[in-house]
Order: sequence, then structure tokens, then C-alpha cells
Amino acid sequence: MTSTAATAVSPLVVDGLPLAIRTEGLTRRFGQHVAVDDVSLTVPQGAVYGFLGPNGSGKTTTIRLLLGLMNAHGGTISLLGGAMPEDAARVLPRVGTLVEGPAFHPYLSGLDNLRRLDAYDASTDPATSSERIAHALERVGLSAAARKYFRRYSLGMKQRLGLAAALLRPRDLLILDEPTNGLDPQGTREVRTLIRELAADGSTVLVSSHLLAEIEQVATHVGIMSAGKLLRQGPLAEVIGSAASLLRIDTTDPALAVSVLQRLGLVVGEHTADHVSVVSPVMPVEDVNAALVSAGVPVRGLLVERPTLEDLFVSLTGEGFDVVR
Amino acid sequence: MSSADLAVRPAVEVAYRGTLGRQVRSELRLVFRRRRNIAMLVVLALIPILIGVALKLAGQPRGGGGPAFFALVTGNGLFLAFAALTVCLPVFLPLALAVVGGDAVAGEASAGTLRYLLTVPVSRTRLLLVKGIGVVAYLAGAVGVVALTGAIVGALLFGLHNVVLLSGDTVPALNGGIRTLCVCAFVFIDLLGLAAMALFYSTLTEVPVGAMAGTVATAIAFAVLESVPQLSSIHPILLTDHWLDFSELLRGQVHVWSLLHSTLVPLAYTAVFGSLAWARITSADITS
Repeated sequence: MTSTAATAVSPLVVDGLPLAIRTEGLTRRFGQHVAVDDVSLTVPQGAVYGFLGPNGSGKTTTIRLLLGLMNAHGGTISLLGGAMPEDAARVLPRVGTLVEGPAFHPYLSGLDNLRRLDAYDASTDPATSSERIAHALERVGLSAAARKYFRRYSLGMKQRLGLAAALLRPRDLLILDEPTNGLDPQGTREVRTLIRELAADGSTVLVSSHLLAEIEQVATHVGIMSAGKLLRQGPLAEVIGSAASLLRIDTTDPALAVSVLQRLGLVVGEHTADHVSVVSPVMPVEDVNAALVSAGVPVRGLLVERPTLEDLFVSLTGEGFDVVR
Repeated sequence: MSSADLAVRPAVEVAYRGTLGRQVRSELRLVFRRRRNIAMLVVLALIPILIGVALKLAGQPRGGGGPAFFALVTGNGLFLAFAALTVCLPVFLPLALAVVGGDAVAGEASAGTLRYLLTVPVSRTRLLLVKGIGVVAYLAGAVGVVALTGAIVGALLFGLHNVVLLSGDTVPALNGGIRTLCVCAFVFIDLLGLAAMALFYSTLTEVPVGAMAGTVATAIAFAVLESVPQLSSIHPILLTDHWLDFSELLRGQVHVWSLLHSTLVPLAYTAVFGSLAWARITSADITS
């Protein structure tokens, strides 16, 4: 019933899932350099979408395009059912943001900075302003430091204030660029909890990061950017599953093992004097073992190496410090 | 993540009344509570005090020397306001205005707060309007501080009498007071063009000092062009050309038309640079 209602709002729905963010062919150049290259993001409503990519891969530019801060050179953007940047006034009040780190007036207190942002918001009731500000400060554990000048804040406190600004009113979508930057382990945990709470309340969260372990713990979906292109996106398990797992077989007769494996139709990777590797085994490991043993292969050990998000990330975006372009 | 029941929530957004008022109040608080801006107002207030004390100690300059109105101050305290405005108009007022105007948008950009204001969201046109109101309010405050301090200090040191105008006519003190307000309004309009220019420069950069320096440099360039007689053909279109025409208000018979004509140039600059600022801010990529 609700799904038909959602379908009526149309372009937001793909495969029966309503989408909080959808871009098609989003492109942005800086001179010759294509910072965002034909990016089609699909972020389902209610998802925690981990937006991954090395530094300079175009994550932040994409976010700036989503929020109407920059002009796209091609493609379309739909945010919570509205077209950006045309529907910004209607859509953005429902979007909480943290873009490229927190930014506030250094010579105002944290409290005054939030008051200022709230005063600019036409969609919030001025009568509830102090209450909402106090609640947002409390939610990020900053109540005690509310009256300190922003310039006296530590990096972690600044980050918290940025999150508080994103929580000044109920949001349907949060776009958080590196929200754990500068936070200590406790702070990082709190942000993770916060993201889970927001998602549990029904908000969609797009969180960009290069802290993969962090993303792996909270994300339901991921998208991986490199050199301006969106290389992979989808539900976390699917995306990780798309990376090749390895079956390592320790044996004293690798030649025989290879012929058995090839007869089974498996892709054999590297093989040395004492082991053979199978890339993405398409049959259960125990069946592979049974086939090997019955063919007389002396099997000493079997090991399935499942890829992590990091393995996939590195395989897609490359190793080392070299900037891709 | 349950899918469909989290579907698109109603996109109803209530726009509360009086948002412009909230935004302007917030902006005024930002401008007038900033220590640097307060310090500049204090310096502006010191100028009439310095002139007044100097004239009191040294006595009336002989042979009517010194800047305009100085000779008249000892005769009537009210003229200290005019003397102070005349002294502040070429440098101090434009400088203070350049600092506040140049900081308006560029300051938000350099602090990074511009991107957060725009994603609140505030429309770019509205933001420029609010910023413009802030700058204009500061300009009014600055002119008011100079004139008011001048009038008060002048009254204390030299007393307020019937005002002997430049034309030799004598008018009652009240009439003199009204003329003072008109002079303030005229100076305010003079500087409005510069305020618009500062605001425009401020939309071009995320380095506030750049916008401030640009504004001051332009004001100086105008003064230089003004001083070259060979360029007299372009003098009428210089922003600074009519800046001191307010002395017209201190004559018995005020030529209203000639005064209004003098305000056309600054008003034209205001319109042109205001439009440029709008065109720039509504199209710019916010990369700060």
C-alpha cells in the first residue's frame, strides 16, 4: 500500500525501492580535469550509504553538486524527490550536512553559531529554537562547552558542533563528509552509534570516508569512487561478494590438483610447489575437497580467503600514495 | 532497512513568518558585536573629539585656514559635526566601510560558513540582501557616530547657538539640527556606492583582505583621477566627484535639485555594483 504511494512519486523508485538520492550521468570538470565523471548514484531511502574513495577521487565535489553548492556540467540530481538545485528551498531543510569539515565563526560561541544557523532557517519555528539547539548540543555531548568561543574548541569539539548543526531539526537525509575526522576512539564510536540511531529513526545517511573499517561497521550500502568515476555500488554484502575470494589448497602434488580442478571447471590462480589457489570457487569447498581426495590428491589443508572491503577498495583504487591523476 | 514504508515523507515545508527579520537581526548582531568593527566605530568617534579639543586649545585657525568648516566650529558647536564628516569622508569612513563590506561574503567564504548558510538553505539572493543590509546598517552607524559625537562634543565645548550658515543667514538651532540630519543622509548616500562596490568585490574572492584592499584601492584611484585636471571630462562620473556637495545644505537657499543630482552618481554606482554582486553570487561555485 505504502509502496504504491511511493511509486506514485515515481522517478525516485527503482526496483520497488524508494531512493533518497539519485544522480544520473553527473559530471563536473575543472578545466581539462574531470573531477566527477558520469556518476550515477543510487541511494535507497533508509540506507546508510558508505561513500568511499581515496583523497581527490571526487567524493566531496559530488557532495557539493548534490547540495547545489556547485554547478554540474552534465547529468541530473534528484534529492528526496526534488530536483537539485532547482528545488533547494524545498528539499534542503530536510537534509543535514557536514561538508569538508565543520566551519563556524571563530569569535562566536558554539551556541551563538548554532543560533545563527537556526535564525537563517525559514523552515524552523523560532519559538522552539533554544530547545532544539540545546537538544542538538546534548546529542553530541557539547552542552558543557556551548558558551565557549568556537576558536577555543578542540578538533573533536569542532567536529561535534558540525554534527550538532546537522541535527538542528529532524532530517530525512544526512550527508556527512568525513564525520569522524579528528575524533578520538570514543568520539568515533559515538558517531557510529549516532549514525545507527539516525538510520533507525528512518533517516537516510550518506557518509563519506576513507576509514574502511568504520564504514564496514555501519553501512548497508557502499559506493566506491576513484578518479572521478563511481566504480562499484550496491548493498555492502553484494559489493564485497563481487570481489574474488580465494581457495588455497595445500598439497604435495600441485600438478595433479590443477588437472582435477580444471576438470571441475574451476579457475586456477597461482600454483607453487606446495599449494594451488582457486579464484572465486563456484562450488562448495567440501565438494572440491571430496573430488581432490577421490582423485588421489594428497590434500594437507584448505583455506578460504574472503575479501574484506579493504581488499576490494585497494584492488579497485590502487595501492600506494600515488594520486591517480 | 525496511524499504517502502520509509517512502518519501510529505515534502511540506512550513515557511515561518518574519524570517527576513530573524536573518537581519542575526546579521546585525554579527556585524555590530565583532570587536574589530566596534573598534573602528570608536576610532571614528575619536576624530571629532580630537578636532574639537584641538580647536578648543589652539583657538580658531587664523584666516580661516584648515579644512572646510574648521573656522566655523568655535562659533557654533554644531559645525564640529560637519568638520568631522568632512575629515572622515575621504579616508576613514571608506576604510571602515571597505573592511565591513569586503568581509561580508568573503569572510563567510573564508571561514567556510558560506557553504553551511547556503545548505540551511538560504537562497543566494536572500543571503546577499541580508549581507547588504548588514553593510548598509554599519555605514549608517558609522556616519551617525561621527555626526553625533561631533554634535555632542561641539555642543559641550562651544555651545549650540543659532546657526550662521555659509551664506551668512542665521537659522534657529532646530533648523540647524534638521540640516545636520540631511547632511548625514547625503554622506550616507555618497558612500552607498562604495558599499555596493565592497559587497561586489566580496563576492569575487574568499580572501576578505583582497576585497577590502580592492575597495580602498578603487576609492584612492577615484581620488587620484579627481586630482588630475586634464581628466576633467570624466570627473562627473567618478563616485567621489560630488562627495563634498553637502555644503550646499548649509546655505540659506538649498538647491534641492542640484543636491538630488549629486546623489545620482552614487545611486547609479549602487545599482550597478549591486547587480554585479547579485549576478556573481547567484552563479558562483562555492568551493570554499
